[in-house]
Amino acid sequence: MKAVSNTRIVVVGNGMVGYKFCEKLLSRKKDGQDFTITVFGEEPRAAYDRVHLSEFFAGKTADDLSMAGVEWYAENGIRLFLSDPVVDIDREEKLVRSHHGHIVYYDYLIMATGSGAFVPSIPGVEKDGVFVYRTIEDLELIQSYAKKARKGAVIGGGLLGLEAAKALLDLGLEEAHVVEFAPRLMPRQIDEAGSRMLQSQLESLGLQIHLSKSTQEIKGEDRIEGMQFADNSSLDVDMLVISAGIRPRDEVAKIAGLETHPRGGIVVNNQLQTSDPFIFAIGECALAHHMIYGLIAPGYEMADVVATMLTGGEKEFLPYDMSTKLKLIGTDVASFGDPFVEEPACRTIRYENKAKGIYKRINVSTDGKTLLGGILVGEAEQYNMLLQTCKNKTILPPDSEDLILGSRGGEEAGAGVMSLPDDALICSCEAVTKGMICHEVGENGHHTVDALKKCCKAGTGCGGCIPMVKDLIAGVMKEKGVYVRNVVCEHFDYSRQELLDLVKMNGLRTYGAVLDHHGKGDGCEVCKPLVASLLASLWNENILEKDRAVAQDSNDRYLANIQKGGTYSVVPRIPGGEITPEKLIVIGQVAQKYNLYTKITGGQRIDLFGAHLGDLPEIWEELINAGFESGHAYGKSLRTVKSCVGSTWCRFGVQDSVSFAIEVEDRYKGLRSPHKLKSAVSGCVRECAEAQSKDFGIIATEKGWNLFVCGNGGAKPQHAQLLASDVDKETCLRLIDRFLMFYIKTADPLTRTATWLNKMEGGMNYLKAVVVDDVLGIAEELERDMQNLIDVYKCEWREVVESPELRKRFTHFVNTPIKDPSITFADMREQKRATEWA
Amino acid sequence: MNKVTWHMACYVDDIPEDGGGCAFIGGKQIAIYNFARRGEWYATDNQCPHRQQMALSRGMIGSHGEEPKVACPFHKKTFSLQTGQCLNDDEYRINTFPVMVKENRVYIGL
Repeated sequence: MKAVSNTRIVVVGNGMVGYKFCEKLLSRKKDGQDFTITVFGEEPRAAYDRVHLSEFFAGKTADDLSMAGVEWYAENGIRLFLSDPVVDIDREEKLVRSHHGHIVYYDYLIMATGSGAFVPSIPGVEKDGVFVYRTIEDLELIQSYAKKARKGAVIGGGLLGLEAAKALLDLGLEEAHVVEFAPRLMPRQIDEAGSRMLQSQLESLGLQIHLSKSTQEIKGEDRIEGMQFADNSSLDVDMLVISAGIRPRDEVAKIAGLETHPRGGIVVNNQLQTSDPFIFAIGECALAHHMIYGLIAPGYEMADVVATMLTGGEKEFLPYDMSTKLKLIGTDVASFGDPFVEEPACRTIRYENKAKGIYKRINVSTDGKTLLGGILVGEAEQYNMLLQTCKNKTILPPDSEDLILGSRGGEEAGAGVMSLPDDALICSCEAVTKGMICHEVGENGHHTVDALKKCCKAGTGCGGCIPMVKDLIAGVMKEKGVYVRNVVCEHFDYSRQELLDLVKMNGLRTYGAVLDHHGKGDGCEVCKPLVASLLASLWNENILEKDRAVAQDSNDRYLANIQKGGTYSVVPRIPGGEITPEKLIVIGQVAQKYNLYTKITGGQRIDLFGAHLGDLPEIWEELINAGFESGHAYGKSLRTVKSCVGSTWCRFGVQDSVSFAIEVEDRYKGLRSPHKLKSAVSGCVRECAEAQSKDFGIIATEKGWNLFVCGNGGAKPQHAQLLASDVDKETCLRLIDRFLMFYIKTADPLTRTATWLNKMEGGMNYLKAVVVDDVLGIAEELERDMQNLIDVYKCEWREVVESPELRKRFTHFVNTPIKDPSITFADMREQKRATEWA
Repeated sequence: MNKVTWHMACYVDDIPEDGGGCAFIGGKQIAIYNFARRGEWYATDNQCPHRQQMALSRGMIGSHGEEPKVACPFHKKTFSLQTGQCLNDDEYRINTFPVMVKENRVYIGL
């Protein structure tokens, strides 16, 4: 299509698609092209995000939902008329006339009038208390009426209807009913089994659902008092929201004599031209390929098609995939491809878990090779992968049920997001393909979701593709950038693992030597503690000797945990949580003498807070004299091995968990690793020591011990997985030796064992193969390296206490013995606490 | 800067190589850094302006490009040892002071 200079464009309708058209037209505009754009909108507000309209009730304001403020239109030279719908189109003169009498001539007219709520012709719909759910104004009316209502109903069990019903509950109504004509909820997206699952989820939230109900009459004088149904039942309600579907806004098109469909919609061809070639229709008012596309992504695509053509490009609107994933009041609902195809046209695989509220269905081609479509309710994590598998006709693995059930043994199903073809559409809203994203990440250095949002708009629409975008970033980085992000920092062009090998091979033992041999510059707060940790993991020499003290991170530098206000906390080791009364008394005496706040930790030991830097050596001297050792609470190293009391006292215990916990803790104490290590031993299957939440955990069985690894509490809890079962103590320790050493040698810095495993290719099967079956042939070396570290262990606090030179560094001031005068405490429950941050 | 008064802060040995120490001078806490890799000495406020913690002397020093810097042990705000500007948060800045080393003694100019 030829673009003439200064083309006059009039956009009828300022909804999301009308706005998107303006944005696309501006961004596609080439040099020499000039457009005069005029936009008419019926609503008083500039285009806002109608997809997330329900969030208005959750506290979002009209501004939050806004796509772009009126300033945006002004800045881009677009004339915007709000509260001023177009009422007439003169196709002869090529002009439009608005409600307020504005007359604007056009070269091209874009109909983006969208749709209105479809209101079925039920007697009584005109009564007070009956609303539709379409605009911010509608929502404001509902909000205000709800204040004096008790029972509400919604006609329509589709997405908007269900959101409206939940909104009624949130607005304080005692009852919220959903009345659906069809025998199931969301009839266009999910099947009956999916609907049943969704229904039970929604009922648990307090919604009452009525299916196969046809409303015959809305009862009441001037205002609604109830609903009468065709099956003679009735329901008392004092407000009603109608959300029974949409009706394309084609009135003006009809008046202008454009071809419209008897059931609504402006008929357009593949170029989205109406029966008048100078008039286009996009979004929900357009009937393309015999259907109305009631989703945002195809609407945006339509906007792009017209913008492309008006700027001299070529593009047509193809039948659009209507797959969709929604978060419906906290429940995931997704459908893709052909969700409803039935046997014998396909093979259907269903999974239903009522306890968890999960329903999944996939339809596989009869030859078992491709995915035709499916439905996910309650859990839709696999949606993006399934959609891509379906769209790209990817050949399925032999056990196609793995697609929804996950792999149960054997390798993971599918090869992940990187196996998709380059033209796979990742962000449907903005039509961004895998190839485009990979290009931005790999060639243009956009390594974050935010950067990608800026450069190619991926993920800026519904946001559903963001997990996939993240995977792509990671995938490309791994493939192309390789070590670009994985190197330690600007001073070392190596990964942690590479650096460890180099340091070991060259026998380097100080930070300075490592920097001189393998680095550049003067180091920093990233590489210093990392190298210090490597040196400790390799040689286990005192971390404060030679030049290593100044390379240690805050806590390791003074062998204590720095706390708010600049004091430190002290944690003596209490292996397995077992302690004598005599030792308890010593801890109490030390705490009293140095005025320390005491607290039992989560790891079955005692933390003493509020120690002045200068007091640390004396405190430790007293503790060591009483038989304590460093607890390494300050280090990326073994913390505690928690235990339950086990068979020595407990009537259920089958093994002596405390003795084993003490043995394990003594074996690995002081072991420095990429991140902290926690462990536990339970005396029976009741698991009171919570071993399955630890980096390595041991649970007694009748026959021996079960060893679990890679569990995690903390911010992202993860259950440990079974590495070996019913092994004896010696075997158990040997496996832990190998496991820990393998972790120390291969993990990225500051990566806990759980994350390390999650990133490991081959996962638990691979880890087992290395640690248990020794497929790499390194088990002996791993055991030997561990034994060397164990053999040279010394309590580092004892070494400090006994070395005047090391002790000397434990002062706040270098020129006076006084303590830091800026340190203050507050009182709390008969102890002290740090004063709050300033 | 107007007239500088030199205060003896400590001996060279009191500050570990490539590390820092804190001196109490006229009621002020001054962090002194012995940047041995470069043969340079620096001095700054001991207080990190982020959470008002007296801790910069306990921080790790190093470089960002050519810029010598120190990282606060609390939340790793890093500061240029030359200008005092915070390198990872434009909002913060610390004072820097001239250092003079003479006959094994370290002097700070205030």
